[in-house]
Amino acid sequence: MAELIELVWILTKIGAILGPLILSVAYLTYAERKIIGWIQNRNGPNRVGPMGLLQPFADVFKLMFKEVVLPSNANRFLFLVAPLLSLMPALAAWAVIPFGAGLVLTDINAGLLYVLAMTSLGVYGVILAGWAANSKYSMLGAMRSAAQIVSYEIAMGFALVGVLMAAGTMNMSGIVQSQAGPIWNWFWLPLLPLFVVYWISGVAETNRAPFDVAEGESEIVAGFHVEYSGVAFAVFFLAEYANMILISGLAVILFMGGWYSPFHGLPVLGPVFDLVPDLVWFVIKVAGFLYLYLWFRATFPRYRYDQIMRLGWKVLIPVTVVWLVVLALMILAGFGPWFD
Amino acid sequence: MADIRSYTMNFGPQHPAAHGVLRLVLEMEGETIRRADPHVGLLHRATEKLAESKPYNQSIGYMDRLDYVSMMCNEHGYVLAIEKLLGITPPRRAQYIRVMFDEVTRILNHLMWLGAHGLDVGAMTVFLYCFREREDLMDVYEAVSGARMHATYYRPGGVYRDLPERMPQYEASRFRSDKDLKDLNAARQGSLLDFLEDFCERFPACVDEYETLLTDNRIWKQRLVGIGVVSPERALELGFTGPMLRGSGVEWDLRRKQPYEVYDELDFRIPLGTNGDCYDRYLVRVEEMRQSCRIVKQCIDWLRQHPGPVMLGDHKIVPPSREEMKDDMESMIHHFKLFTEGYTVPAGEAYAAVEAPKGEFGCYLISDGANKPYRLKVRAPGFTHLAAMDEMASGHMLADVVALIGTQDIVFGEIDR
Amino acid sequence: MLEAYLPILLFIIVGLGMGVVLITVGFVLGPHRPNDEKLSPYECGFEAFEDSRMKFDVRYYLVAILFIIFDLEIAFLFPWAIVLDEIGLFGFGAMAVFLGILLIGFLYEWKKGALEWE
Repeated sequence: MAELIELVWILTKIGAILGPLILSVAYLTYAERKIIGWIQNRNGPNRVGPMGLLQPFADVFKLMFKEVVLPSNANRFLFLVAPLLSLMPALAAWAVIPFGAGLVLTDINAGLLYVLAMTSLGVYGVILAGWAANSKYSMLGAMRSAAQIVSYEIAMGFALVGVLMAAGTMNMSGIVQSQAGPIWNWFWLPLLPLFVVYWISGVAETNRAPFDVAEGESEIVAGFHVEYSGVAFAVFFLAEYANMILISGLAVILFMGGWYSPFHGLPVLGPVFDLVPDLVWFVIKVAGFLYLYLWFRATFPRYRYDQIMRLGWKVLIPVTVVWLVVLALMILAGFGPWFD
Repeated sequence: MADIRSYTMNFGPQHPAAHGVLRLVLEMEGETIRRADPHVGLLHRATEKLAESKPYNQSIGYMDRLDYVSMMCNEHGYVLAIEKLLGITPPRRAQYIRVMFDEVTRILNHLMWLGAHGLDVGAMTVFLYCFREREDLMDVYEAVSGARMHATYYRPGGVYRDLPERMPQYEASRFRSDKDLKDLNAARQGSLLDFLEDFCERFPACVDEYETLLTDNRIWKQRLVGIGVVSPERALELGFTGPMLRGSGVEWDLRRKQPYEVYDELDFRIPLGTNGDCYDRYLVRVEEMRQSCRIVKQCIDWLRQHPGPVMLGDHKIVPPSREEMKDDMESMIHHFKLFTEGYTVPAGEAYAAVEAPKGEFGCYLISDGANKPYRLKVRAPGFTHLAAMDEMASGHMLADVVALIGTQDIVFGEIDR
Repeated sequence: MLEAYLPILLFIIVGLGMGVVLITVGFVLGPHRPNDEKLSPYECGFEAFEDSRMKFDVRYYLVAILFIIFDLEIAFLFPWAIVLDEIGLFGFGAMAVFLGILLIGFLYEWKKGALEWE
């Protein structure tokens, strides 16, 4: 009986995380269209509902009512499993993200390792989607996408190692708490190259501009999800935007002090700004990174595929490795306010 | 691993208005292109054949629709060929108006090119910024001819009518606040020349905006520098003209070398590239936009000071005004003959070329003394450029083909005619 | 300690369930009118010249292998990073040797051109 209540309680908490997450994903698509529209000197959607606010719902309903075309010669089972394999890790990684002090579904001690594992699982969905559709352009697009994701995963992994060195724990709440303090106490300052590398790798892993050769002009066709239509396509997009929010959330937690206010710990401003709830600070910071995503998409031209791979392997990995060594020496020497 | 895999590439849905229908058959070896084979003809509309069955003036509309982003320059080439055969010269004011609109067309074309090129390479925002400026210029087209794009404004003997004294204004609507309305109409209170002058004041700042976004952007440079390098000798051998030639460093511009209309009285510079790659051509075209703005300003000044006729008075070629037609028997007869049969052109052949934004646009006209041409041959710059696609694309990667098509400024209307 | 992982298992199941529900709803609500043209693979508007599953480039395989190696390196770095304070300079030295060996491998593959064009 007690276990049943426990189960129901956990499921309620999962719902409390997933509900706002799905809503955020939907409204992230709306925000993208609106904000990129404004950057381009035009309005985004503004007809469906007041100021176009019901546009995401219109999109979801449209996609649900469209035919899910199963291409001839496609492997039916894998074709339908691939979107699931893309969506599940994008959602499941949220289990360990702390939204505030104590506001986390489960505070496991290997939080960061779990997140890394989940993001690595996402590649399966991409490869399966390309293989199952039995179109050679789809397969080619999927392999390029997968190779890109996997290359930037290494740079991201090294950046995460740097965070672990600074924080001393894999527990996500612990990482945030080791940054307790005002804005210069957070990890973005001593780990600046790693922060930049992490952010670039994050943008590249989610296949967003300027690394969106898989979705953009894509040389051949629209990438690995070209054969998908209707709700199966919607699931891929749900996964992509959920990943975007996840990467932004991780950037906030690992480098930007999580739920702390920028003035936390300061004599006068500290208590004033601490009145704003933790969750609000977290959301504001995540929104800032999501705006960066949209800004990049509106502004930058696209990299060519070989330039992307060159960047991932020959630039980002050496930078991270060098900075890891520097960081280790900094920690051993007890350098700065972060490592004493 | 040395499989030669050939598959068809159709840039259809991804490049809506910028490049038309291009079927490019690529033979690839891994990532690199071994052979590029453009298949043209999907937009063939039999323009030259149609011209053989219509009086001369009725084909001017077809010329607009050849290179449909630089409309008046095409008209200009055709009209110059007719005028050569007829042996007439339009009045000075008409020549200045033609030059002014040629340069406006050049700006229109380069804005469209920049927007589409940026969009293909991935910078979406430049597309919309460029089209914002195009809107103003299309309003200029509309004020003078009634049509935003295909104006049919030039005629043998001059231009159809003089510049209007008033610009059309925006009207109130429920989506536009009063303040917005005032801002939009602020430049439109005077005549067309006032509006154009205001545009020329604003335009260099707009070009600065596009350059800020692109010129020093390392991703842009990585995509364009070293791509599609053509040496000057090879460019001449391949028959390049216009910015494709100037980007390789060859100083050849018809406005300077074979001046027509009033270009020899105007002060402007010809930008030249050094390496002959896509980046140099980009810089050449952006600088050409600035120079065109200069030329337009000079034309505006001249036009303000020199009112006068914009059409010849020779009613054997140019229709009389409606008042004259209704009063005077001779004018009535001229009107009737011109609008039924059209004027006849003495037998002979003539070739006239203009420096269109894409290159040398020429019309070769053979007349046998009738009211319709015996043969009209259009020399389109894009045709020669596209023919060089194989040579430019071999050895490059798949993503570079997009940059190459953009840099050649391909518009299918003129390639397929 | 294992109880802490129960919510994760539930989350994974809920995530999968959501996907299944969405796709089922799509199948139920959407029309099913297959015809040959719709079901044929995407050909850019023209008939594809070859329609077999083609051989893929060995470069992708190389990237995958290199990824495995470096990912394992990261996996080894994780616990070391956490206890860096306690193992001090000696621990740093030990890991530096490990990193050095892998770095030599990285340099070798760089020089051999395994990282080219992709």
